[in-house]
Amino acid sequence: MAVETREEAVTIKHHSVDYSVVGTRPIRHDGVDKVTGAARYGADVSQPGQIYGAVTRSPHAHARIRSIDTSKAEALPGVHAVITSADLADPGEKVTGGGEATAVPLKHKSGNVMARGKALYHGHAVAAVAAIDAHTAGEAAALIDVDYEVLPPVMDVLEAMKPGATLLHDDLHTDIAGEASAEPSNVAAKFLFEEGDVEAGFAEAAVVVEREFTFATVHQGYIENHNALALWHGDGELTVWCSSQGHFTIRAEVADILDVPISKVKVIPTEIGGGFGGKTTCYLEPLAAALARKAGRPVKMTMARADILKATGPTPGGYVRVKMGVDSDGKLTAGEAYMAFEAGGYPGSVVAAGCMCVFAPYNLTNVKIEGDDVVVNRPKTHAYRAPGATQAEFASETVVDEICEQLGIDVLDFRTLNSAEEGTWRAGGPAYGRIGHKECVEAARGSEHWNSTLEKPAGTYRGRGVASGFWFNIGFTSSAIARLNPDGTVTLLEGSPDIGGTRSSIAMQFAETLGIGFDDVIPMVVDTDSVGYTDVTGGSRVTFATGYAAHEAANDMRKQMIEGMADVWDVAADSITYENATFTANGESATFKEAAHLLNEDTQQIIGKATVTPEKEGNAFAVHIADVEVDVETGKVTVLRYTAIQDAGVAIYPPYVEGQMQGGAVQGIGWAFNEEYFYDDDGRLRNATLLDYRMPTTLDVPMIETIIVEVPHPGSPFGVRGVGEVPIVPPPAALAIAIYDAVGIRYRDLPMSPHRVYAELAARQNGAEA
Amino acid sequence: MATEILSGKVHVNTTINGESTDFLAEPRESLLEVLRETLGLTGAKEGCNDGNCGACNVIMDGRLVNSCCVLAVEASGADVTTIEGIAGPSGLHPLQEKFLEHAALQCGVCTPGFLVSAKAMLDENPNPTEDEVRWWLAGNLCRCTGYDKIVRAVLDAAASMRGEG
Repeated sequence: MAVETREEAVTIKHHSVDYSVVGTRPIRHDGVDKVTGAARYGADVSQPGQIYGAVTRSPHAHARIRSIDTSKAEALPGVHAVITSADLADPGEKVTGGGEATAVPLKHKSGNVMARGKALYHGHAVAAVAAIDAHTAGEAAALIDVDYEVLPPVMDVLEAMKPGATLLHDDLHTDIAGEASAEPSNVAAKFLFEEGDVEAGFAEAAVVVEREFTFATVHQGYIENHNALALWHGDGELTVWCSSQGHFTIRAEVADILDVPISKVKVIPTEIGGGFGGKTTCYLEPLAAALARKAGRPVKMTMARADILKATGPTPGGYVRVKMGVDSDGKLTAGEAYMAFEAGGYPGSVVAAGCMCVFAPYNLTNVKIEGDDVVVNRPKTHAYRAPGATQAEFASETVVDEICEQLGIDVLDFRTLNSAEEGTWRAGGPAYGRIGHKECVEAARGSEHWNSTLEKPAGTYRGRGVASGFWFNIGFTSSAIARLNPDGTVTLLEGSPDIGGTRSSIAMQFAETLGIGFDDVIPMVVDTDSVGYTDVTGGSRVTFATGYAAHEAANDMRKQMIEGMADVWDVAADSITYENATFTANGESATFKEAAHLLNEDTQQIIGKATVTPEKEGNAFAVHIADVEVDVETGKVTVLRYTAIQDAGVAIYPPYVEGQMQGGAVQGIGWAFNEEYFYDDDGRLRNATLLDYRMPTTLDVPMIETIIVEVPHPGSPFGVRGVGEVPIVPPPAALAIAIYDAVGIRYRDLPMSPHRVYAELAARQNGAEA
Repeated sequence: MATEILSGKVHVNTTINGESTDFLAEPRESLLEVLRETLGLTGAKEGCNDGNCGACNVIMDGRLVNSCCVLAVEASGADVTTIEGIAGPSGLHPLQEKFLEHAALQCGVCTPGFLVSAKAMLDENPNPTEDEVRWWLAGNLCRCTGYDKIVRAVLDAAASMRGEG
């Protein structure tokens, strides 16, 4: 084990591999463009002759659409086209795939893009217009007259499941292991994960703790607005520019929603201004395309922030109940959980992922976990950074803390004793390979933060909390194409939109494979016609899977270069060796750059390529330590100190690994303390601005200390695990535990906003006085 | 009919990044809209269009403003600096260099606003404390970084501009 300390960051290596490019801190390839304003994001792209689109949205949470009168909008000078769902393809019973999400009925995907028959949430798109400028388009959108039959809104998951609850979809039946329920229901699906004998497990327990938790709907909160620009060519081909987490997914969805052959659709990815799971699906792209087709002009659309909050994302609020048992030695004997997640207006929440994560940090052989996916009159929910894990593990980690308290066992010792490790079967499977949760716990135990004393001046209420987190980190499919340039550099084409430095983390693996320099690789994110299929930037998969593809493309390039040099030198290919970026054979020698020049002169084109679907999950674990101070007069909680510890496998590009850990932690802090959708009794969202949907600012957080733990992932050539998602998982639990340590009250409802924190403090005070 | 819409446009002369610039704008258009859609200066971003995220920050007559909350016609006679005008002919501004060195950006969409905002602060206060940096930048939202590396980059740029780097 080797420990490296920088001023602001620590790395603990459980390996002895030393690379020349991997693990260094160069300036990212796209850096200069991003600090000078030159980088082109979706809304920065324009086309000659373009007009602008705007969307008419439902003011009701739940309403039948009786009719739509577009005549006034069409009559407004400057308006070129008006569309409703009738201008999209009839979805019938087709099924469409969706990147990180599972395959879904097209009627739901298309219906979410534009309401068909019923508006299912406040802000649901019902019509769209294209006009000469954005203001005229907005005016026209307001002139569209929709006749609604307003229905009672169903806002809460537990209410939505009650017998006799108003149904959102008359044709939705509960899916239970592939079988549909007889009666229609708001429960779209029921999931069950059962291992061992949970009753026997609880019978062995000396301590059993069972608690209930709730959590609010929250938004991913990316700063860049959704956008789309669509252009139809004379030959019936469609080009779409947009920022998304996966342009191949957008291509498939646009093709399905418009019923256009997929080969006729080209999606050109732009820079993307944040996604966090919320840009893995389409919203405006099919509308821009349908408007452009009708108007005969390119149509550009951007979504206003209020509409983003009302009608995109968010990630589910809901309910979790967790019951855990331990024997008198502190060994976990059984775990039981039930969770109900908001799906939003259409089925498909992330509840199954929550179920599989809830006990994932622990070696727990007797488990029963049930999850319900419940439609409610809120926007269709989507992934948000480790989707489902934060909600589920907020509950289980808080229960773990209570168990440790009852047993009088140190929280880190408990984790060491009960940690999942290689071979542990996770609920829903598979068994883990080599993982690093124990190493993260060790790193926490040895950290300066954990060993520091939290000063508690008289009159202050301060506490410390610690929590673990797990996220899968998947593989899925990625492609890479590497073109050798005459000057000895390599242009690396990839299909993974770069949200936070992955051009470089992928290029670094390519460079390392061939022994060439960081700046010798020129990574580019290219369109759907220019590289092989690549799944979404999500699941913490890009540095892992697209990096893997780059590694394989580099190997392919080396093989081709060896064969090419065999021609140039007129020797047998197997007599050529490649070491230290130099080809050698029979006294001949050429550096990589010299070889590139020679091959170019010999008119040989070297194009390395690869498509990979790595099977082994990366499996990320994190342990976070938080110190807080509670203002008992106001209920406001301040984070005094925060340390994020995480197994990165091998940190390919450490400053951006730290950045993911810090950013995830701060999103988790926002989830814990501030962020919440406020709906009124009519189901209207009342805080659809960035003033009222309150994300953390610079003033709300301290510096976030990081400790990178490196337990290499055996399923990656360079040991990459993926890092993006797991750091959002521990914060709400760590902070709730820290608040308990400060004031002695367990908070089990998110967010722990000042009014909620204060209410419990006041109730306790009143109780004491009564 | 297009003429009718265009007939309401106002001629505005302003200075943008040191260059005299003319444009026509409807009175209802914001400075941000004109910068982006009329003048092609797309470095300033729309994140909220109501002054809460700072992604559209520009400096107008020495004052930091959210260009989404300034009408384009208000820029008449003003001196406007956008992100495109931060780097000098000899290269990047120290803030830009330090943002890159410290990895103080991930997706980068808020970065122009942060840089313009930080420049406006350092123009006024060349030696800010961490608290002062956090106070000043509280009008800029970043969802990726958690702010740690941004704050460090600004403090380091300030030190470097004072000759201490």
